[in-house]
Amino acid sequence: MSILTLRPWLGAALAVSAVALTTGFAANQLADYRPGDEKLGGDTTVYETGRNAFSLPAANMHTDRQTQFFVGNSFFKKAWVEAPSSTTARDGLGPHFIARSCGACHALDGRGAPPAFDHQLQAEQPMALLFRLSVAGKPEPVYGGQFNNDAIPGVKPEGKVQISYREQPGQFPDGEAYSLRAPSYAFTELGYGPMHAKVEVSPRIAPQVIGLGLLEAIREQDILAIAQQQKTGPDGVSGRPNYVHDAYAGKKLIGRFGWKANVATVAHQSAGAFLGDIGITSPKFRHEECMPAQTDCLRAPSGGQPEIPANKMDAVIFYSRTLAVPAQRNADSEQVRRGQWLFNQARCTSCHVANYTTGVLAGVPEVSKQRIRPYTDLLLHDMGEGLADHRPDGLADGREWKTPPLWGIGLFNDVNEHTHYLHDGRARNLTEAILWHGGEAEAAKQRFVQFNKADRDALLSFLNSL
Amino acid sequence: MFRHTLLGFALSAAVLSSSAFAGPVSREDVARHYATVVEASYTDTLTSARLLRDAIHAFVATPSEATLTSARQAWLAAREPYGQTEAFRFYSGPIDDAKGPEGRINAWPLDEAYIDSVKGKANSGIINNRKIVLSKDKLAALNERGGEENISTGYHAIEFLLWGQDFDANGPGKRSWNDFVDGQAANADRRRDYLKIIADLLVEDIASVAKAWQANSANYRAKFEKDPDALRKMMVGIGVLSRAELAGERMEVALDSKNQEDEHSCFSDNTHRDILTNALGIRNVWLGEYQRLDGSVLKGPSLRDLVADKDAKAADKVSADMDATLAAAQGIKAPFDQEIVQADGRKRVQATINALKKQANSLVEAAKALGIRKLNVKG
Repeated sequence: MSILTLRPWLGAALAVSAVALTTGFAANQLADYRPGDEKLGGDTTVYETGRNAFSLPAANMHTDRQTQFFVGNSFFKKAWVEAPSSTTARDGLGPHFIARSCGACHALDGRGAPPAFDHQLQAEQPMALLFRLSVAGKPEPVYGGQFNNDAIPGVKPEGKVQISYREQPGQFPDGEAYSLRAPSYAFTELGYGPMHAKVEVSPRIAPQVIGLGLLEAIREQDILAIAQQQKTGPDGVSGRPNYVHDAYAGKKLIGRFGWKANVATVAHQSAGAFLGDIGITSPKFRHEECMPAQTDCLRAPSGGQPEIPANKMDAVIFYSRTLAVPAQRNADSEQVRRGQWLFNQARCTSCHVANYTTGVLAGVPEVSKQRIRPYTDLLLHDMGEGLADHRPDGLADGREWKTPPLWGIGLFNDVNEHTHYLHDGRARNLTEAILWHGGEAEAAKQRFVQFNKADRDALLSFLNSL
Repeated sequence: MFRHTLLGFALSAAVLSSSAFAGPVSREDVARHYATVVEASYTDTLTSARLLRDAIHAFVATPSEATLTSARQAWLAAREPYGQTEAFRFYSGPIDDAKGPEGRINAWPLDEAYIDSVKGKANSGIINNRKIVLSKDKLAALNERGGEENISTGYHAIEFLLWGQDFDANGPGKRSWNDFVDGQAANADRRRDYLKIIADLLVEDIASVAKAWQANSANYRAKFEKDPDALRKMMVGIGVLSRAELAGERMEVALDSKNQEDEHSCFSDNTHRDILTNALGIRNVWLGEYQRLDGSVLKGPSLRDLVADKDAKAADKVSADMDATLAAAQGIKAPFDQEIVQADGRKRVQATINALKKQANSLVEAAKALGIRKLNVKG
C-alpha cells in the first residue's frame, strides 16, 4: 500500500480555500481512472447488479470450496424453529430472539431498513434494527445486553419498540431544501417490569455482509498507521481503534465489525449474532442469554448442546467471510470520476480510506493479498451530538462510531428496495446521510454543503457507483 | 406416461445431438432461435399452470379425494416444462431481473408455519390469522417478508397446501382433502381462498414472463435478439444453473445436511424430477432443441454449433458431459429425502453433482471459443 494515497491533503488540496469551494471547481477536474479500479474487492470482485448483487461467492473461489459456501448460505438464510421439532437440523430458536434467520435481517445478504411507516404510524415491529442495552457499561440487569421483541410460545417477549421521527428541515446555501429525521425510541409492553433508570440504548441496523473477510484481512499495522496520519491532518480528524475480547482468539484484538467496531472477527460476529439475535447456542457461546429474572426463558427447552454444531457454524463463518464485493459501476464515466475527485477534495477520504492491500487471513486465500477499496479506516470517530447514542461500547464512547465501508452502498435499492443509511437507518438517502455527519466529520460535511448543485450530484453519483 | 416420453426423448436426443446443423451459423441466428425456444418453453409452462389453476379451482369448489388427486397430478405435470425454463435464469432477464417474479413463482425452501398450521402449531400461519385479509396483492406483499423463507406464494406454497408436511419416509405428504371442508378443519374457508389466490397469481406471473418473450413485440425479446451480450447471457444461465444452483444449492447442501428441509420439492417428493428437468433445460439451450408439450420438437442454430465452428473438441466435450449428467440424474431414485441419507443413494446424488461440476467447467472452456474469457457459473 502506498501511504501517500491516504493523504490527499498533501497534494493540491491544501491550496484550496473555503472561498473557492463555494463557487464550485472547474468542472474539468476529474479523478484518474485506470482499468481495474472498479474492482473494489480485488480478485473477489463480481460484476453483478440487481437482487443477487450481494449474494455471490468470491470470484476467485475454487470450485471445490464452493460446497462449503453453499452449505453456509443455507444455514445463513434458512429459518430456525423452536425445539423440539421434526426439523432437527435447525431447531433451538430462542427462547428470546429478534429474528429466525441471519437472512431475516440481512435479506439477500444486504442492508436492513427501519420498520415501515403508514400515515405517520409505525406499521410493524423492527426486524433488521436491534437495540443494545447497558447500564454503566454492563448489561441491563433485567433485560441483558440486547432487547428481544420476540419469543417462542410460552416465553414472554421482552416487549415492543416504539419509534417516532421528528423532521428537521434545512436548506443548502443555493436554496435546495432538505429535511432530516431525528429518531426517538421507546420500549413498551415490557415483559419483565421496568428497565433501570440509567439504561443506555443503542440502535443498530443490519449492514450488508459483503467483503467481511477482506476487512478481516487488512493488516492491523495499516489501520494504526492511518490513525497516526489522521492526527496530522487539518480537519481535527483523529480516529481511534477499538480493542475487544474475541471468543475465537481468546484474547483482545482490534475491532473491525459492528457499528462501533465492537467485534474483532467474522467468527465471533457470526456466532455472537446466532446467540444474541436468533437464540442459537454454538461451540463458543454455549449458554442462552436468559437473565436471572427471566424464569420462563431459563426453563425453555434446548435444541441441543450446542444448537448449531461446529461444522455448520464454520460453514456460516466461511460464507460470511467470502461473500463477494460487487464491482464499481460506471467507474470510468466523467460524472463518477468528477464525483470521486470532489470526494477527495472534500477530504471525505480522511476516514473513508480507499486503498489497501490485505495481509494473509489464515485458511482464506480468497481474501488474502488483495488490492481492495473499501472506503473505511475501521477506526472510531466522534461524529457529533446529532448521531450520538451516549452508550459506550468497548473503548468507544457514546459519541463515537466506526467509519463504515462504502462498498455496496449504491446497490441497496437493487437488493433491498430501499435507500436507508446510517447506524439506525434514519437517513432516507445519501444526502441525508452526509448531512448527519458532525464532530470530526463536520469540516468535510461543510465542504459538501458548500458545493454547487452539479458538484453535489456528481459526488452522489460517485457514492452510488460504489 | 408423460415422464417416460420425456426420458425417451432425452436419451434419443443424446444420440442426435452430434448431427447438428450443417454449415456455419451466425450469433444472431443463435440468439433468435434461443428466443424461440424460450418463448415455447414459457408458453408450455403457462398452459400447464392454467391447467393446474383449473384443477385447483375444481378441487376448492368440491373438495374430495378425486379432485385433490387431480390437482396434485396437475401440479406434477406443471413442474415438467417449468423446470426446463430455469435454464433461462441468472442473467437478469424477465424472470429474475430486479422486478422479475421468480421469487414469487419458485421460492423455496419455505417455512410452512408462515402459511398454515403445522404439526404442534395448530394456529400458525397467514391462513389461521383471520385479521389478514386475503388478496393477491396482500399475499404477494407478504412473500419473503421478514426473511427469505417466509414464502407465501408460488409452486412450493401450492405444493405445501396440496400435500402438507411430509412425515413419510417412503412417500410424500398426506394432507387430507378434509382440510378444505368447513367444519372438518379450522379456517377451511381461508385455506380454500388462499390456495385459489396463489394459483391465480402463479398464472399471472408466468404470463408476464411469457409476454416478455413473445415474438414480434416491443418487449425484452426484441432487445435480446439484438443484444451483443446475448450469447454470454445464455451461457451464464446454463452455467450458473449447472454449478451454483443445481449442483450447489439444490444438491450439495441437501447431501451435506441429510435433511429433507433442504430438498427442493419436499412435500410432493418430486425433487428427482426437478433435478432432471433442470438438467434437460440446460441441454435444451446448448443444443437449441426443445420438445413441446404436444410432442413436437423445436430445433435450430445453437450454442453448440457456434462453439463447434471454432473448437469442435470443446463442443463435443460439453455435449458428452451433458449426456453424462442426464444419465446420472436419471439414476437418482425417489424419494430424494431417502437418497441423501442412504449410502447407495448418496453415491448416486454425488455422481450427479460431479457430472454437473464437470459440465460447468467444460462450459467455461467452451465459452472461450465465443470470446467469453471468464464465464460466471457461480451465480
